[in-house]
Amino acid sequence: MAITISGSDSIPGPPLSSRLTTQQVWGIALLAPYLLVFLAFVVYPVGYGLWLARNPASYVALYNDPIFTRAAVNTLIFLVVGINVKMLIALFLSGFFAQQRPWIKWLSVIFILPWAVPSIPTILSVRFMLNPEWGVVNQLIFKFTGDDGPNWLNDPAVALAMAIGVHIWKSLPFWTLILLTGRLAISHDLYEASEVDGANWWQKFRFITWPSMQTLYVTCTLLSMIWTLGDFNSVYLLTGGGPADLTHVLSTLGIRYLRLDQLSLAMASIVVAMPLVLPLVYFMMKRLSR
Amino acid sequence: MKLPSLREVGTEAKLLLIGIPVFIWTMVPIYHMFLFAISPKEDAFSGKLWPAHPTFKNFEIVFYQQHYFLRDFWIQFWNSTVIALAAGALTLFVATAAAFSISRLKVPGGRWVMNLALFTYFIPAAFLAVPMYRTMGNYGLLNNHWSLILAMVTIASPYAIWVLKQASDKLPVELDEAATMDGATTLQLFRLVYVPLMMPSLVAIGTYAVLLAWNEYLYAFLLLSKDTDITLPVALGNFLAADDSPWELLMTTGFIYALPPAAVYYAFKRYMVGGLTAGAVKS
Repeated sequence: MAITISGSDSIPGPPLSSRLTTQQVWGIALLAPYLLVFLAFVVYPVGYGLWLARNPASYVALYNDPIFTRAAVNTLIFLVVGINVKMLIALFLSGFFAQQRPWIKWLSVIFILPWAVPSIPTILSVRFMLNPEWGVVNQLIFKFTGDDGPNWLNDPAVALAMAIGVHIWKSLPFWTLILLTGRLAISHDLYEASEVDGANWWQKFRFITWPSMQTLYVTCTLLSMIWTLGDFNSVYLLTGGGPADLTHVLSTLGIRYLRLDQLSLAMASIVVAMPLVLPLVYFMMKRLSR
Repeated sequence: MKLPSLREVGTEAKLLLIGIPVFIWTMVPIYHMFLFAISPKEDAFSGKLWPAHPTFKNFEIVFYQQHYFLRDFWIQFWNSTVIALAAGALTLFVATAAAFSISRLKVPGGRWVMNLALFTYFIPAAFLAVPMYRTMGNYGLLNNHWSLILAMVTIASPYAIWVLKQASDKLPVELDEAATMDGATTLQLFRLVYVPLMMPSLVAIGTYAVLLAWNEYLYAFLLLSKDTDITLPVALGNFLAADDSPWELLMTTGFIYALPPAAVYYAFKRYMVGGLTAGAVKS
């Protein structure tokens, strides 16, 4: 092969076949950095992780750990409630932001802030707001009612709800903007024609907006599902999995086991999520590689 | 002047009825952080909506590292900056080369690599964290900045390659043919034709990777642990370890930490929202 390369350099206008080879050599050389990264930091860790999770006993231990069961249920609640509430609000707000008003334009610039700033400081800010003694929420409750407010993050149900709230707060702007792009792509003529026919807002949504947006909406929901499964920060930084490890989700549970030095459990807890994750991942990959 | 009709007023009122709650919902956590940052310690917990004596004292304490928790603030700021920029540069290099190879040179198996990359893009990073932590330990890279940089490159490259491939597929193939006809080598084609034409996408992808690395918390706190090695978000998380952590200083540091990415985000907004992300959910 080396001969072909040096040959093609010396002869001007080399034959097609040898030029292709040079190109292919370059192609492989330029692809090599990514392949190296992929082998060293994806293939090896995943293989090593699966090897660590090979023992069936760890799955039995996992199944018998009440914290795991609780985390699995929490994950399901987080997904079902979090994603549907978020996507429905995003769909609604995308209609709001599609209105042509200068102040709405300004509001949309502010609205993107939760997505633009890193999550750590804002989640910690919410955590302080909810502090039972010093947090601003309970101070206001005390000021107006004279009663002590609830101990927000000490009740697992409330704490999980708050974590879902934080998740929605952070990712709502992103999905609203994506759905807004979808809405703005719909031809305005359709709405004008329907107005002539005397359609009300619900009919406009039902027969024009929704049919042109449903594919986008479903894709967004699926993608959001994958990303929500991997949302570590919202739970970990707000509740830390507490109280009494009752608000863990699958993405924080692995880290909990890691910190307790139960590595095979950590890997097993990730492996059991794969039947849910992999079909979604495969579907999204097919969708994008077209 | 024509007075607005009753109906117009009604529509406007309805819009405001949505707009005001949206504004409050968005701003509360951020305003709360800002309020703490400009409040002296004794005002911070008063529950007022504006401090009686607003001050920049907290910023001074942070900048001069005058608190136990902040003694390494500048070195941590530096760590965050170096790691974010290195991850951005390396991602750009890896992804541009790969996208050029797959899209322009049509390297055999390129489509396959693209699919593999996309597959990793969709696996949530939190699930890869535990095996990645062990792997870095095996490589002897724990507590070394390279571990975080390489982890960030791994996470950022798949999406970067995909975006760059989409963009470069749109460049006409005649360009390459003409350049090759004029005797350009592959490397010249890459340097003189491809990279200049791809500039807008490269800026977008570079920004994406830098922000991703700057904002990362989970990997940073797993892979780095020494006080002088960690990045700002890990330092912020460490504040929580103590019961008597100074909230007003934590919020001030958080505010300072949040400013650069927000500024970058707004500066590159037109790349960040429309161009970068709409593609991911194209119907």
